Amino acid sequence: MSDAALTSAAPRGYRHHSKPLWRRALFTREIAVFAALVAVYVVAVFSVPNFAAPITITYLLLDVAAILFIALPMTMIIITGEIDLSVASVVGLSSVVFGTMYQAGLPIPLAIAVAIVVGAVAGFINGFLVTVMRLPSLAVTIGTLALFRGLAVGLLGTTAVTGFPATWSDLATSTIPGTPIPSVMILFGALTIVFVWLLHGSSFGRGVFAIGQSSEAARFSGVSVERTKLILFVLSGTVAALAGVYYTLRYGSARGDNATGLELGVIAAVLLGGVSIFGGRGALHGVIAAVLLIGTLASALRLANVTSDVINIITGTLLVASVVSPSFFAWVHEHWTRSRGRRARAAAAHTDATPATTQVDVPTSHNH
Amino acid sequence: MSTNSAVKAAQPPALELEGVSKSFGSVAALVSASLRVEHGSIHALIGENGAGKSTVVKIIAGLYQRDGGTFRYRGEEVNFTNTAQSKDSGIAVIYQEPTLFPDISVTENIFMGRQPTKSLGRVNRTLMRAMVVDLFSQLGVKLDPDRPTRGLSIADQQIVEIAKAISLDARVLIMDEPTAALSGVEVDRLFKVARSLRDEGRAILFISHRFDEVFELCDTVTVMRDGEYIATSAIADTTVAQLVRQMVGRDISTLYPKEVAEIGDDVLVVSKLNEPGRFHDVSFTVRAGEIVALAGLVGAGRSEIAQAIFGVDSYESGSVTVNGTQLRKHDPVAAMRLGLALVPEDRRKQGVILESSVARNITLAIRQSLRKYGLLRAQTENAAASEWASRLEVKTSALDATAGTLSGGNQQKVVLAKWLATNPSVLIVDEPTRGIDVGTKSEVHRALSRLAGNGLAVLMISSELPEVLGMADRVLVVHEGRITAELDRAEATAETVMYAATHRSAVA
Repeated sequence: MSDAALTSAAPRGYRHHSKPLWRRALFTREIAVFAALVAVYVVAVFSVPNFAAPITITYLLLDVAAILFIALPMTMIIITGEIDLSVASVVGLSSVVFGTMYQAGLPIPLAIAVAIVVGAVAGFINGFLVTVMRLPSLAVTIGTLALFRGLAVGLLGTTAVTGFPATWSDLATSTIPGTPIPSVMILFGALTIVFVWLLHGSSFGRGVFAIGQSSEAARFSGVSVERTKLILFVLSGTVAALAGVYYTLRYGSARGDNATGLELGVIAAVLLGGVSIFGGRGALHGVIAAVLLIGTLASALRLANVTSDVINIITGTLLVASVVSPSFFAWVHEHWTRSRGRRARAAAAHTDATPATTQVDVPTSHNH
Repeated sequence: MSTNSAVKAAQPPALELEGVSKSFGSVAALVSASLRVEHGSIHALIGENGAGKSTVVKIIAGLYQRDGGTFRYRGEEVNFTNTAQSKDSGIAVIYQEPTLFPDISVTENIFMGRQPTKSLGRVNRTLMRAMVVDLFSQLGVKLDPDRPTRGLSIADQQIVEIAKAISLDARVLIMDEPTAALSGVEVDRLFKVARSLRDEGRAILFISHRFDEVFELCDTVTVMRDGEYIATSAIADTTVAQLVRQMVGRDISTLYPKEVAEIGDDVLVVSKLNEPGRFHDVSFTVRAGEIVALAGLVGAGRSEIAQAIFGVDSYESGSVTVNGTQLRKHDPVAAMRLGLALVPEDRRKQGVILESSVARNITLAIRQSLRKYGLLRAQTENAAASEWASRLEVKTSALDATAGTLSGGNQQKVVLAKWLATNPSVLIVDEPTRGIDVGTKSEVHRALSRLAGNGLAVLMISSELPEVLGMADRVLVVHEGRITAELDRAEATAETVMYAATHRSAVA
């Protein structure tokens, strides 16, 4: 094809962005979550006794590590418009598989490998049912939530496998020398780099967003919708299994009921972090900030001797508020614009002047 | 014809529209529509796609409000603001594919929302059923009143809708292409019912693309074109040739210049493509530098053919070859790799991603080739997007503006840019200028023409005759899923294309 313009006029340049950099960078949902995280942290440092101690950070991160891991693939799944509710059950299943393999005499690395393969297979089952059988992921993963948990509890009964070698359980709870940061965060950092690349820096990620925004248009543009979703479910199962191994070593116990209900914490954090439940929108840094925000809040409240019921109420309210806030701000914006318009028209009628323009440019802080 | 002149004289016409206009934004759907439907008569409304027939129906049904002109119903001027008002005054619309509640019985569907009751508000099922049996015997049809409507044929579902209309004592029945999905026997039964309703003094407005049916059933015919009233004639006084002339009778101007291009080798070869119920035995070739139009009426199966070729839909048998390589069935990614591109019919659903930015839309299909060391950077995307947006003169405030904020014409340019960026050897465009303004339209035409001039093979689906006749080197006419005619540029006229598009047998 020639380089000539296909229409009459000469080629022209385009502005890449409609808003200046500082507005694009600052007025985002992700930054709002990050600001809330900093605010909560600072307030807690000054008002909660012992919160400032380095050990608090260590325990906080150890507590949220499993959620952090699973939130990475969950973010991508929710951006495609699907959901995976079975992750906590995969954690339990991988914990049990890891424990029984160890009990059967397998070396730890091999037992970990088996657990992770089981997680990948669990994710593949989800993905297969969603993409090949074309069932809704909500229904599929509610089913496998029960199925995988049932398998986990069935395999080990009500007993637990304990007594993992100290070198391994210490690895799960140790900190990076000279810092209060747990060593497991190195693994998390590596995974984050992979997932940030996958979602925000690869052609695969462009497809993920396109699917969430319009799976039909994505399909018509050569995005392999089904293959992409299948890969994401396998990733989700794999990472959940990894979290299961961590969970087992961290608490030194492989049990069928490990991490029950964890999926809700993951999904809450993903949504709080600015990922749209309808798909097509979100970013990993917002999700990571949201996991840390919920973790910090819970940790600070616990140190302040607030009971766990109240902590649940507070984090629940925060989540509802975060989901409601975009539509609330839009509503306020609309009413404000409209009443401004009414007032302007009334004023114009009064003074018999020419109608005033009713367009107002409201800087919105709930930008997506 | 059994139009009763005594009735006519005594009563004002059932429906009378004069100079009705309707615009959507800057697009005028109706300029000046006029229509006069008498009681006790079956009146045909015909015209090309986009002539404004559906808009007329929607105004009569109260779905749209007219911008200007008068609309009288049984002599009185009316302003329906919703469908309930027109229904209550006795107007019923029978659509091509009725929407019934599938899991409840035929009887309950007919009386939905207005069931006769006994004391304490209990539904009087016995009375309801008896009324339905009466209705069916009045219409002369055999249908089980107790069966659920799920699984009824479309013809039977239409009968249920008609029964519902009669039970409401509708004086005017509008049938919007009721026979499109019906078999011969079913059409005969529908016509019998329609005639008996006419003989009871009801007015029927019959919209159809099939001339044979219009001549068999109707008493009067009104032709519309480009949102305007053209002519009304008694069926006995007109001919198919005259109606076709009235439907297309505008000058095919030189607005759509196809540049002279060297026609090269076969690039796209479609052979005996078959998918039951959608299209049958479709074979054709498109050569380099050539624009081939798939003409025909909406619903003839052209988009289905295009989507099967591109691979977003599957087909049962046949083959598609691009540059000598056979395509895998149902695999758009493979089709793209071999140089196939499809600008789909439904721009807002299939073409652009409205929520996504202009840049991301344009680079979506080439995102893999923009990677460097596996990394896809916004800078690279913006550079590519900027280049293609400028070649097609996309008007946008910035590359990160969401595509949904652009006008329809500019959205279409974004879709074109997305596909041209893939450097295709075959470009399929499905209704490339539907719903876009005149200026952008001619820009799209010029772009397509230049592309063909540069050796691209273009397959263009279009329902607009001037576009087909102006742009195409060759015209393939599709009727009910089959290619019924292949016309050279010289042979293709409004009449030959329209004839082939409305008849089962081929002319060529």
